[in-house]
Amino acid sequence: MGKVVLPADHRYYKYIEERHNEDGSELAILNLGPTHPATHGIFQNILLMDGERILDAEPTIGYIHRAFEKIAENRPFYQITPLTDRMNYCSSPINNMAWWMTIEKLLNIEVPKRAQYLRVIVMELARITDHLICNSILGVDTGAYTGFLYVFQFREKVYEIYEEICGARLTTNMGRIGGFERDWSPKAFELLDTFLKEFPIAWKEFENLFTRNRIFIDRTVNVGGISAEKAMAYGFTGPNLRAAGVDYDVRIAQPYSSYEDFEFNVPVGKSGDTYDRFCVRNAEVWESLSIIRQALDKMPEGNEYHADVPDYYLPPKEDVYNNMEALIYHFKIVMGEVPVPVAEIYHPVEGGNGELGFYLVTDGSRTPYRLHFRRPCFIYYQAYPEMIKGAMLSDAIAILSSLNVIAGELDA
Amino acid sequence: MALESLDIQNKLQETFGDNVKYFRTEYDMFVFEVDSDVIYNVIKFLKEEPSLNFNFLTDLCGIHYPDSQENEKFCVVYHLHNWFENKRIRVKTFLNGTNPEVKSITSLYNCADWMERETFDFYGIQFEGHPNLVRILNMDEMVSFPMRKEYPMEDSGRTDKDDRFFGRTVNNTTI
Repeated sequence: MGKVVLPADHRYYKYIEERHNEDGSELAILNLGPTHPATHGIFQNILLMDGERILDAEPTIGYIHRAFEKIAENRPFYQITPLTDRMNYCSSPINNMAWWMTIEKLLNIEVPKRAQYLRVIVMELARITDHLICNSILGVDTGAYTGFLYVFQFREKVYEIYEEICGARLTTNMGRIGGFERDWSPKAFELLDTFLKEFPIAWKEFENLFTRNRIFIDRTVNVGGISAEKAMAYGFTGPNLRAAGVDYDVRIAQPYSSYEDFEFNVPVGKSGDTYDRFCVRNAEVWESLSIIRQALDKMPEGNEYHADVPDYYLPPKEDVYNNMEALIYHFKIVMGEVPVPVAEIYHPVEGGNGELGFYLVTDGSRTPYRLHFRRPCFIYYQAYPEMIKGAMLSDAIAILSSLNVIAGELDA
Repeated sequence: MALESLDIQNKLQETFGDNVKYFRTEYDMFVFEVDSDVIYNVIKFLKEEPSLNFNFLTDLCGIHYPDSQENEKFCVVYHLHNWFENKRIRVKTFLNGTNPEVKSITSLYNCADWMERETFDFYGIQFEGHPNLVRILNMDEMVSFPMRKEYPMEDSGRTDKDDRFFGRTVNNTTI
């Protein structure tokens, strides 16, 4: 093995150059990533290894930084949703809806109850797909491929529902200011019903495969644990924080889009380890299913799917051709001549990984003056080096999976 | 008993006097501004004073105001959250344009580490006392600070995205 060449100011230099173990073995540097299949995204970690154990880690991020905050400053408000999709691409509708809700808060738009419930349904579907991917990938990383392939087909079913609602699957760009771009088709509700019938059976089977599985328990219990105090100091939110025993959930703390109308539990863990994170996400999927059912039951009659805000909501195309007023509104919206107040807004929602927030500063022009995304992944990924210190290399992979770090959200 | 905005204002004014100012409520958020030389002490006070107890740093970011006067060219915005009373506040501090520098709060909140690095990376704001203030999202060799307003995003000759060509100027609305 060739000798490692490190610059003298590198923080591992002294360990590599000076420190040898008593038995004569040396420390080694391992470059995990940036494009390693086990990391499910573009993450680089330079690990200082003593045999199979990790002594220190140095993460490098920014490999898919696309400068969304800069681009957002040059785009009209309604063209920013496609940017938000590409952050947490496992649960894009939550990001989309969070952005529309931010603008609606800015403009004081009251969204009809039915549209709010539809939003709740689509956001909970997104949460299910997000947790489904995270947990099944954790299975893959601990050696159980079957569960992943089994539940992955249900992500397809959810994507078919998205497709029916907005025409897109992964990067959905769903919704408009004030609601949805069109009413949900009967087929969307049919697909949703089928999903609600079939998915719980599969998810129960998935749980049965894992939760009491000896190998899975050995691989995950007491691996990558974090205490509640540390998790809070590191800015954890969402399932990763709740696994450490803190019941903070934005849907409860600051209900948006009528979440206060639904009964649901906030599952919490105890030790904040990989197994607890897995269990919290599993339990949240059941809660999400219950919320969707409640929303369907309580769905108000009628077919309202957007607020009556002609200044901001594009009129139907046939009206644009046949109606003078609609043509004027269409022109004003497309040309960005709609009035926007000078204000500063922070709007948080419970994203797939935690508190997703949009901090929007406007100066009255057609684009944001400043838009900052509070990306949960970016904030809690800082704790990763500390969580993997002393762990085995294979555990580091499992911990990364269970944190559900999404590269797109990490780098924005 | 819920934590009222007025209580926060009174406590801060008692301790810091005129260094803390412009208290107001914007939409659902209580906002105030702090002089940059006491921002660390104010945030420490907000976190450690038992009756305030802002235990969570939600967000930290910078803003560039190239048209403001010299000592208000940059702004660092802190969003703090008291989870026990469920109270959110926004704290703003303005920095000068030539040498924007503010004391780091990494010793109070671990999560401020990368947020301050990101702010440094985007705006070149120096966080004094930060353990490892290097670029985080952009490459290390970069010399400019891309979120500053003078940094062009694309071809500067392009006029199709200029507000003036859409019959409006900045701040021309009334609401």
